[in-house]
Amino acid sequence: MKSEERTADWTAIIKDGVIGAWPICLGYLAIGLAFGVIAQKAGFHPVEIGLMSLLVYAGSSQFIAVSMLSAGAGIVPIVITTFTVNLRHMLMSSSLSTFMRNLGIGRLSLFAYGVTDESFALNSAKFRDGKWDWRRALVLNHATNLTWIASTVAGGFGGQFIPAGALGIDYALSAMFICLLVFQLRGRLYVIVAIIAGILAVALSLLLPGNTYIVAASVIAATLGVFLKRSKLFAWAEQKS
Amino acid sequence: MIHDNYLYIVLGMGLVTYIPRWLPLVFLSRRRLPEWFEQWLDLIPAAILSALILPILITTGEPRHLDLLRPELIVAVPTLAFAVKTRSLAGTVIVGMFLFWFAGKFF
Repeated sequence: MKSEERTADWTAIIKDGVIGAWPICLGYLAIGLAFGVIAQKAGFHPVEIGLMSLLVYAGSSQFIAVSMLSAGAGIVPIVITTFTVNLRHMLMSSSLSTFMRNLGIGRLSLFAYGVTDESFALNSAKFRDGKWDWRRALVLNHATNLTWIASTVAGGFGGQFIPAGALGIDYALSAMFICLLVFQLRGRLYVIVAIIAGILAVALSLLLPGNTYIVAASVIAATLGVFLKRSKLFAWAEQKS
Repeated sequence: MIHDNYLYIVLGMGLVTYIPRWLPLVFLSRRRLPEWFEQWLDLIPAAILSALILPILITTGEPRHLDLLRPELIVAVPTLAFAVKTRSLAGTVIVGMFLFWFAGKFF
């Protein structure tokens, strides 16, 4: 009975997860092909490209690693750079952990592998919406991961199968982020925090090298948000409206 | 393999990428968190999404500088309006792509 329930479940779960993943898959297809083409031109074999996509699975750090490797950088600077570029996932996993209660370490480990900017944004919205659970989130993560690996390897065979800029595909992820940001603005406090984070991110991105501005701006904005939420002034303003 | 040590490099990269993804999930998901921290985590998605998208839309180049006339930003305005109005993810992605493709004809 129990196992029957499980098999019946998984068909629907995989369907939900894969269908839910399409905006990311579309975006990854475009970026993955571009990455593969660039890596191939830099002298990487499709196997090497696939290996990096499988083991690292983080787009911007992979682009950086290819250019560093081409420039003859050593293992230590490459690994340190990768670490700093990808540290932002820590914030995303922290936030997602509130939806992943009471799961075993194996399931959490399998899920953690697929946490990216895009899967974080989409899963957060879907968890918030209800109708979503860790199984669907896991399927979404791995569907997007497979798309990434396949696209980067395909690009590595020298195929720019989709001409650059075709059908606005380069804008798929930006449009997705815009919409998911709208979904996150669930009240005045969220709007204020998003505005602070956005302005800080732009300002810091002009001052700091790399992408440390993402973590810095988000942490500062969310912290200010908590203080604001707990302050009497905000409670009073909310009551008046 | 063309590059010496390539396997070690990608393994190292993989490890330092995986650990920050893994640690918070394992350590936070099984704990009761203080209320202020729950509130903080609840604000993180709105903050990160804004911090991710806004610099992409209004800065460019290396070193980065402001540029308010990029098609990315101009297309973002109707895309945002569509998202607010319809609250449809699929629709917003398709409309955004179409507008960006269309804008590409003029830029």
